[in-house]
Amino acid sequence: MKIDRRCFLSLVIGGAVGTTLTPVPWKLTDDIAIWTQNWSWTPEPEDGPSKFVKSVCTQCSGGCGIIARTIGNRAIKIEGQPDHPVNNGSLCPKAISATQHLYGPSRIQGPMKRAGERGQGKWEKISWDEAISTVTEKLAELRTRGKPHSVACISDTDRNSVAYLLDRFLRAYGSPNFIRTPSSADAQELALYLSFGRQGTIGYDFKQSDFILSFGCALMDGCDAAGQMMSAFGDMDKKTRLVQIEARLSDTAAKASQWVAAKPGTETDLALGLGHVMVRDGLYDKAFIDSHGFAFEDREDEAGNAYPGYRSLVRDYSPEKVAKTTGLPEKTIESLARAFARARRPVAVTGFSNPAAASVNQALAVFALNALAGNFQKPGGVFVIDEPDYLSWTEMKIDKTASAGNQQARIDGAGTKRFAHTRYLPNRLPEAINSSQGDSPVQALLVAGGNPLYTLADPQSAKKAFEKIPFIVSFSTFMDETAEQADLLLPHPHFLECYQDVPTPAGMAKTVISLARPVVKPVYDTRHTGDVIIETAKNLGGFIENAFPWKNHEDFLKKTLSDQWETLEKQGYWTDDSSRDNSLEKLFRTSSQRFEFLPRAGFETQGSENPKSKVQTVSLPGDVNELPLVLVPYSTIRISGGAVANTPFMTKTVDANVIAQQDVFVEINPETASEYGLSQGDKATLKTPAGNAKVRVNLFEGIMPGLVAMPAGLGRTGFSDYIAGKGVNVYGLIAPAADPASGLNAAWGARAAIGKA
Amino acid sequence: MSTQSDNQTAAAGNRSSGWVVFVFFMIGLVASIISGWVAFPELLYSTKQQPIDFNHQVHLEQMGGQCNSCHFFREDGSFSGSPTLEECKSCHMYPMTGNENEQKFIDEYVNQDKEVPWLIYAEQPPCVFFSHAAHVKGADMQCATCHGDIGHSTSLREYQENRITGYSRDIWGKSMLRLGEPDHGGRHQKMNDCAECHLKETGSKGDCFQCHK
Ligand code: SF4
Repeated sequence: MKIDRRCFLSLVIGGAVGTTLTPVPWKLTDDIAIWTQNWSWTPEPEDGPSKFVKSVCTQCSGGCGIIARTIGNRAIKIEGQPDHPVNNGSLCPKAISATQHLYGPSRIQGPMKRAGERGQGKWEKISWDEAISTVTEKLAELRTRGKPHSVACISDTDRNSVAYLLDRFLRAYGSPNFIRTPSSADAQELALYLSFGRQGTIGYDFKQSDFILSFGCALMDGCDAAGQMMSAFGDMDKKTRLVQIEARLSDTAAKASQWVAAKPGTETDLALGLGHVMVRDGLYDKAFIDSHGFAFEDREDEAGNAYPGYRSLVRDYSPEKVAKTTGLPEKTIESLARAFARARRPVAVTGFSNPAAASVNQALAVFALNALAGNFQKPGGVFVIDEPDYLSWTEMKIDKTASAGNQQARIDGAGTKRFAHTRYLPNRLPEAINSSQGDSPVQALLVAGGNPLYTLADPQSAKKAFEKIPFIVSFSTFMDETAEQADLLLPHPHFLECYQDVPTPAGMAKTVISLARPVVKPVYDTRHTGDVIIETAKNLGGFIENAFPWKNHEDFLKKTLSDQWETLEKQGYWTDDSSRDNSLEKLFRTSSQRFEFLPRAGFETQGSENPKSKVQTVSLPGDVNELPLVLVPYSTIRISGGAVANTPFMTKTVDANVIAQQDVFVEINPETASEYGLSQGDKATLKTPAGNAKVRVNLFEGIMPGLVAMPAGLGRTGFSDYIAGKGVNVYGLIAPAADPASGLNAAWGARAAIGKA
Repeated sequence: MSTQSDNQTAAAGNRSSGWVVFVFFMIGLVASIISGWVAFPELLYSTKQQPIDFNHQVHLEQMGGQCNSCHFFREDGSFSGSPTLEECKSCHMYPMTGNENEQKFIDEYVNQDKEVPWLIYAEQPPCVFFSHAAHVKGADMQCATCHGDIGHSTSLREYQENRITGYSRDIWGKSMLRLGEPDHGGRHQKMNDCAECHLKETGSKGDCFQCHK
């Protein structure tokens, strides 16, 4: 008997055949499938009892109430808080998917200092002690050199407790340079101050209004307004008419009763044209104007100088003339004015979640329509909400260095003679730094909230300016575009990990303070910015230390909100529902104690007595022949246009004709596209005075010919690989254009050209 | 010089004959069948003892005859599963009987504030979503229908752990062919078992995403 290879092979074959007759292959296949579920990177849901925490979303200025469901120390799901006065249970996708940011790779996991060149992305971990003492040393050094005013701080709000602490810190330290990042509310708030004499926000009673005239507000397209609008529209009766004035068929326009496609940038003219018809036909609230209006009629001051009033101003805005500017038929203007005037509870809205910047004059012209309708502080009308008063602490004592520093002019030029009533001019900051000879006027920059290197118009020049600042600290929770360029990272916890007060969001018709609470324990080694400020103040000692008698941010917040704290802890929000005074008597705090149609304060700042100069529209830079089209930004609820980028989940919901792979599509009317030989999906180059971009073409009948529209919120470089590198930042293509009345950026678009790539 | 036929004979002489090959084939076949049916199940599972020999019967009597005294639904409707140390401690902070298992529990877990690492016979992988509420409250089913009459047992069975998956042998069942019902009563708990019962009771096996979210 010979045993050879064949025997061995047949043994193996016999074994294989035999094995198929046993349970081994089938059972092993099944077991291996289950074994793959045990791999450490396979996500596993938490198991255990659920807890529900009432809190508030702080990812934009919308202030929506949330309920977070947690199991153990894991946040599982975010839902809308059903009884919250802002959103009444509604939420935008950014909040619904917020846990993805909480646990995602965009987080900065602990304090770090730059290890390579700026922007190189090389970081070295440091301790919190080292981080805070680095800041303290730098600030102490600048003070010793008599340069406290060269410290600037950028934040996305000036209304909450952290902003208050930062501002207080700067004043105690000796710098007037607290700067708020730009938003569509800037012009609105200035107009409110000029015509009402109040610092605060404007609220609209959408739920009770029966005619909403929206001048390009992204009511249903973006964050900021999302929660409020979803809640209001859910409650509205079907008779409410929404008229959307916008050059593009946005979601808001699509849901409106009437879509009025006026040329972009002509909203002010249209508002004055509507005013013309109302005044001409006597369709306005005479009683209100008699008792509370100022500068409606021509007037004379004590010295006998004559000033024209609103009536004379709008005389120049006949429907015929406005039809030419806006591209609308005369008939539409006439009928729109009459419909607005005849509605029982009409309200006109602007500067509320608009994707494009607008001028102060536009805001004033729209306020005037509300004044003509006499709808201030009335159901369905316009309400004025003051700045939060809970954040007021006794004045502090400051030393000589601080008071000398505070008296220096602001670096951004706000509050100077030219822009006396403008509080912040973030868009002028880069220019102020770039144009300075020698050392940068900003020697240390603290960025606490906001993401200026993404949200400022023309971030390229802002980046250049940042290069000249020797010391930049970012308090960002995420590795955003600004943090990438910083020297020191002092990460603030995620909003689901800490306390934060959220004062009344713009647009709300009553005061609503909400409290964000720690839903889970911090996932990373982060520290509340409020705590860092207080600790730095203590380290600096002297008067600065004395100005901060609180243990930490939480202690400050509890003491500050003493009366409301309990309510906030229990129900998550506090409102002044029952205590509001809605009378008109004390509403106006202008020098005339009336609503000023053409504000006196405005005249002073411009040093002009010619009212015509007040209604200058902002013209876009660039040569019309070379750049015959206009690029306008648009918002969509699926892409976050603000400081915090969208979550990857949100990107998944975006249509394939908005983003495909890494390319962004621009919307263009088929008529315009054919002029430039472009068809659907074509790759193209878009050119504006601020730069060039590679885009793709999406033919859209719903956009006015001659325009190119691009979604806001793309073209990120920061956050994570799942978010960065998709499309183009539209604000990077729109250079700022200053509003002559305020100095604020009012570039509503950019001249552009497009060609096949 | 050899001829062609010489070569063939030589080759045949060098090769093992057909029956030898067949014998080897049969050896392979029989050996693999035996090891597949006998050795494989033995090797696949390891036998473990529960950390404490728990007497369900005694507890059931003391707790009013209700499973849900210890295995309860939480307020949000989710099922609590095995009691936590906290829950056991509400009675067994100190020894109540002279039982050695109780003493062991107090010494090793209560005093050291450690959760008992119970081995759970019915544990499913995390990719399976199973709602006790839908079955017990919604369909009014008895615990014993799936878990057997464990409530009246005086001692815990040994736990056979699948060495590959880490889950209990109860899920697949003792029989490799999945024949018969479990000795301890109740049901086996593979996906097909769910589907079979659902088909019978509801007329449909159900959709994938009902259990795999
Ligand atoms: S609108 Fe803003 S505040 Fe509201 S849920 Fe969305 S991101 Fe949060």
